[in-house]
Amino acid sequence: MNAFVADEALTPAGPDASGEPEVLLRVDNVSLAFGGVKAITDISFDIRKGEIRAIIGPNGAGKTSMLNVINGFYHPQEGTITWRGKVRRKMKPYEAASQGIARTFQNVALFKGMTTLDNIMSGRTLKMHRNFFWQVLWRGPAEREEIEHRKRVEDIIDFLEIQAIRKTPVGRLPYGLQKRVELGRALAMEPELLLLDEPMAGMNLEEKEDMSRFIIDVNQEFGTTIALIEHDMGVVMDLSDRVVVLDYGKKIADGPPEEVQASQAVIDAYLGVSH
Amino acid sequence: MFYREAGQFKTSYKADQALFPILQDRIGIAVILIIAFAVIPAFANDFFLTSIMIPFLVFALAAIGLNILTGYCGQLSLGTGAFMGVGAYAAYKLTSIFPDANVIVMVLVSGVFSAAIGAVFGLPSLRIKGLYLAVTTLAAQFFLEWCFIRIPWLYNYNASGAIEVPRREMFGFIVTGAEALPITRYFVVLCITAGIAFLMANVLRGRIGRSWMMIRDMDIAAELMGVRPLRTKLMAFAVSSYICGVAGAMMVFFWLNAAEPSSYSIRLSFQILFMVILGGLGSLGGAFMGAAFIWILPVLLKFVPGLLGIDIAAETVEHATFMIVGALIIFFLIVEPHGFARLWQIAKQKLRVWPFPY
Ligand SMILES: Nc1ncnc2c1ncn2[C@@H]1O[C@H](COP(=O)(O)OP(=O)(O)OP(=O)(O)O)[C@@H](O)[C@H]1O
Ligand SMILES: [Mg+2]
Repeated sequence: MNAFVADEALTPAGPDASGEPEVLLRVDNVSLAFGGVKAITDISFDIRKGEIRAIIGPNGAGKTSMLNVINGFYHPQEGTITWRGKVRRKMKPYEAASQGIARTFQNVALFKGMTTLDNIMSGRTLKMHRNFFWQVLWRGPAEREEIEHRKRVEDIIDFLEIQAIRKTPVGRLPYGLQKRVELGRALAMEPELLLLDEPMAGMNLEEKEDMSRFIIDVNQEFGTTIALIEHDMGVVMDLSDRVVVLDYGKKIADGPPEEVQASQAVIDAYLGVSH
Repeated sequence: MFYREAGQFKTSYKADQALFPILQDRIGIAVILIIAFAVIPAFANDFFLTSIMIPFLVFALAAIGLNILTGYCGQLSLGTGAFMGVGAYAAYKLTSIFPDANVIVMVLVSGVFSAAIGAVFGLPSLRIKGLYLAVTTLAAQFFLEWCFIRIPWLYNYNASGAIEVPRREMFGFIVTGAEALPITRYFVVLCITAGIAFLMANVLRGRIGRSWMMIRDMDIAAELMGVRPLRTKLMAFAVSSYICGVAGAMMVFFWLNAAEPSSYSIRLSFQILFMVILGGLGSLGGAFMGAAFIWILPVLLKFVPGLLGIDIAAETVEHATFMIVGALIIFFLIVEPHGFARLWQIAKQKLRVWPFPY
């Protein structure tokens, strides 16, 4: 039933009449090792424009490392990454950010000393251009720019229903809300590809439902492509269009959720064992 | 009850992001400005101006400078004294090379030199953090101090090795040199400090201020939001050192009249750092509170017992100051890293709900 609902949701990603679906990002034969530890071994998969792509696997499988490779934190020893049809050179995280890749972290990585509003405003950094001298003056261009971006941020605050905590320092917020603010911060970047690393970890059922709804809305209303790491299989089955499964740094399955769920390799490695 | 924003609805984002969105705060700042610009000049004697207000404002400006680097951008520096010294020596050289130029312009330009030097010494901050970075700024402190002693060109080959501020006039007023009136100096220092504080408040509420705080709070996430770490940190070093340099130049030009390399020693660095810690890391108002506390407490300890007829030796006063400041620093570091500024906020918060705390 759940899978069926998800199936309908994935129509934009499925192959359409014009032929092949557009691939936004492709990972080819990527390997990453830390000294002797092989975090990722020869992994290839792609993320299509407009889909929700789940990355699952047991603890230590290399999921977070994969996201870190995608947004330029780690540089794989082997393999290539193709972004919008072009092979990407080795790049810094801020370059990945300026190309439209945003992410949230497994362990919330908010700016603790800043308010919810400022945290989300920080997502607009790349879109704001007034230099130091305009900022010093404030009146005029710098102030106008700030107001213009504030409006966008307020839209995100409304969308995530966090109006009441706008001026609260994020350090004081409960964990579930912090995760939501972190999503807001990533959304403020208006990314083309949004990487979510366990956005629902440690949440109760209600919070998970809210978060799932936000993810679906982001995907459908803004057309944002999403790569999602999640341990809750129910959520994965509900949300994702396609799933890639990692185990010990290797890819063991790739396909639509129900297919993956039925795969023997996956059951052995992951589903059968821990769930 | 008396301090609260209830009923003050912001009808625009413009009003909401103003420097002082709450009416009571606006009144408060207006009162402070009236006191600073009108009441003090009208009633204060020369001693009060020269020994309390002028040094307080100079230190407050230096504390703002360090606060930008350490409190807002999270880069610990122990080189503040030396960066102030660069400003002082640069201003001295500028006024001797361009004797006819406006001395206030020269003081403001001197900060550019300390900004450049601060940025150079900020380069290691890309690779190293925290205590290790503090050690490299310590190296800057000793290297620059060495320059102040060993490069006679900096002090125009004076036999004494000190820099002495020449007499300069502006609009018919003597503004620097021994004959400059305390009230004139006070106004110059007040305008520069208040002006820079205001301009910095602007920077801190916009994109650049946010990107400093992003680096401070979580540099990895900051980089992911598109902040370039090196550029952002160097900018913080440059802006911070500019302000410290101007403060250092004001220190000799409008307060001490003469200075030696030892005036800009590591002691000064620590003094400013203590002001920032006590006042509150990451707060402009805190810089003023910290400077007031560290500068005025010893003066009070020196004079109040005398007024009360109690006789206390000078060393005792000095020791007492050390002990009080030391104890408070330990207290704040452990209990309240946001210093007096946060205590003030808590007090305001209490006031907001008073008299019904629940
Ligand atoms: N910076 C690093 N240095 C050394 N080893 C690392 C580093 N980052 C990850 N690893 C190792 O790489 C492997 C994969 O880690 P990763 O964090 O990607 O797993 P994960 O799939 O996200 O697991 P989890 O579900 O627990 O989050 C682990 O064995 C981990 O110890
Ligand atoms: Mg992980």
